[in-house]
Amino acid sequence: MKSLKELDQIREKALEMTRVRQGQGLVKIVVGLGTCGIAAGARDVMAAILDELSKRGLTSVTVSQTGCVGLCDQEPLVDVIKAGEPRVTYGRVTPEVARKIIAQHVINHQVLGEWVIATKEA
Amino acid sequence: MEFYRSHVLVCAGTNCSLKGNRAVREALVQEVARRKLDREVKVVETGCFGLCEQGPTIVIYPEGVLYCQTTVADIPEIVETHLLKGRLVQRLLYKEPVATKPVQTAPELDYFKRQVRVVLRNCGLINPEVVEEYLAQGGYQALGKALTTMSPDEVIATIKNAKLRGRGGAGFPTGLKWEFARKAAGSRKYIVGNADEGEPGTFKDRLILEGDPHSVLEGMAIAGYAVGADYGYIYIRGEYTLSIKRLKLAIEQARKLGLLGRDIFGSGFDFDVEIRTGAGAYVCGEETALFESLEGGRGEPRVKPPYPTDAGLFGQPTSINNVETLANVAPIISRGADWFRSLGTERTPGTKVFTLTGDIVNEGLIEVPMGITLREVIYDIGGGTKDGKTFKMAQTGGTSGGCLPQELLDVPMDYDNLAAAGSALGSGALLIMDDTHCIVDVAKCFARFFEHESCGKCVPCREGTMRLYQLVDKITRGEADEGTIPLITALAEMMYKSPLCPLGQTAPLPIMSTLKYFRDEYDAHINEKRCPTGTCKAIAARVQVAD
Ligand SMILES: Cc1cc2nc3c(=O)[nH]c(=O)nc-3n(C[C@H](O)[C@H](O)[C@H](O)COP(=O)(O)O)c2cc1C
Repeated sequence: MKSLKELDQIREKALEMTRVRQGQGLVKIVVGLGTCGIAAGARDVMAAILDELSKRGLTSVTVSQTGCVGLCDQEPLVDVIKAGEPRVTYGRVTPEVARKIIAQHVINHQVLGEWVIATKEA
Repeated sequence: MEFYRSHVLVCAGTNCSLKGNRAVREALVQEVARRKLDREVKVVETGCFGLCEQGPTIVIYPEGVLYCQTTVADIPEIVETHLLKGRLVQRLLYKEPVATKPVQTAPELDYFKRQVRVVLRNCGLINPEVVEEYLAQGGYQALGKALTTMSPDEVIATIKNAKLRGRGGAGFPTGLKWEFARKAAGSRKYIVGNADEGEPGTFKDRLILEGDPHSVLEGMAIAGYAVGADYGYIYIRGEYTLSIKRLKLAIEQARKLGLLGRDIFGSGFDFDVEIRTGAGAYVCGEETALFESLEGGRGEPRVKPPYPTDAGLFGQPTSINNVETLANVAPIISRGADWFRSLGTERTPGTKVFTLTGDIVNEGLIEVPMGITLREVIYDIGGGTKDGKTFKMAQTGGTSGGCLPQELLDVPMDYDNLAAAGSALGSGALLIMDDTHCIVDVAKCFARFFEHESCGKCVPCREGTMRLYQLVDKITRGEADEGTIPLITALAEMMYKSPLCPLGQTAPLPIMSTLKYFRDEYDAHINEKRCPTGTCKAIAARVQVAD
């Protein structure tokens, strides 16, 4: 170790790796992983989301899951919650749509209107 | 770098190991893989989380949900219900003894609400075998700060200002110790980390080393810089195999990153650490006996003075500190003396790690501000006595400490207040006993311990501990008379003053404290030849014969 700066760089990287344990990133994504969601392909949606986040190095996003919310027909459901913005619920999400959600909504703040089934004030 | 949506933390401390955490962890890894979740969910081994009574514990992030007393049979359900379907496994949540609703996350537990975690800041949160996890929490920042922005004298001034006192038992001011060692003349100076932890009922150093070994290495390196020492030894009990394994790994990792070794942070400061194992004699935790043992000699104390800071290990100026003391150093350097002094009491700032054992609901490891009362620890954190039995006494400070009765439950716990009450803070062992225990029988156990552990080098201890045991034993057999207690008292007076080291000097303390607070029970044994709790079988047998 030659300097504090070098230590800080290693630390930054390491922090990203364990951020999930801080429990709250600035953006939270919730995927419906009830039996209905899984049957409709939510596992692949989840995999796509994780892959996309990983590729883009977006580790301050926390991804969690929830059970059936009673909208089985609309599964897979994906919620995006950003600090200070309404909660957006997307329905019938495919892996491709999930990747778009990351690129457009999470990064560029553009909600994908055609896939939204509900929004709720925070 | 891999991104996982969920981290599942499994306690891998020794206490949970004894309850089968390894099988639980392996089952978890297998089940996660079987469900094809291994790209989404990461299983992480951590050090002790403190809730040993409830082990093996599992914490699932990002939600932070805590599952208790898990078994291999529970794993498929946890994986399916929580990780796959996103629902809670209600039956494995922690249930407060009085609360109606199960508790989801650890911080909501009464057990954790009152705790302040400085020393245990990373225990149960990081994987102790991955140095990056320590770095992520700000690890080695304090060392970097000290080496690149502070002079050794400034480091010492900060520790002095923080009023950090040694957590190994005696409570000696750490900054002062470092200053003595810095000023002493010597061709080479040493730092020693005391991880002998021989005090019965104490297991905090083990869990600190298992849960966060780098915090101790960082403290030692800072101490080395302050004192002017380029080498450190950790003297650790041989049976602490997991601590030793993790320490070894931590030392290798620190060397690889250049956090130990030559020219650390480009400051010109060199420091390295070596582990030496002990064989488990209680006296080898005493600093001068420890030096003897570390040098390869027989573990017997030396005459003081000279003090270790003048002539310690290999006759050179040495600063020896307890593991917990060392783990406090980095946070003080990072956050400053004022912050540290804002915790705890005026004369003893900071926190103390206690190990709770005996007849108490939540046995385990806790860290609380100095000055907290026994009552708060036992009832608010510990959940009270087990099985609804009546509290009788608490022994503070381990076997060298005293027993406190119900009336003294509100004594603030720090070095001075506990000493004034005839007990000691010691290493932070808290042994709780309910009213089914006979006080004289308990005293006999203490006496037996000292008789066994006396190294035999000095007469007052070698003979005194033996006589003390014989006298107390006589009481439990109904063979004592009115002369016995005056004899014990006279013997104690002699022993407080004459033995070579504190082992003998404190041996009478626990016995005298039981005499002070539970005299009537002694009187029943001596005058009425009766053991009120029915524990002392010999006395009953003797009475029968007499009948
Ligand atoms: C019989 C006996 C056993 C001791 N055992 C330990 C021990 O296991 N660990 C420890 O840190 N200090 C132990 N001590 C205290 C050490 O002598 C010494 O005071 C301590 O390591 C100094 O560190 P500190 O200033 O950080 O507390 C023991 C003392 C005596 C008399």
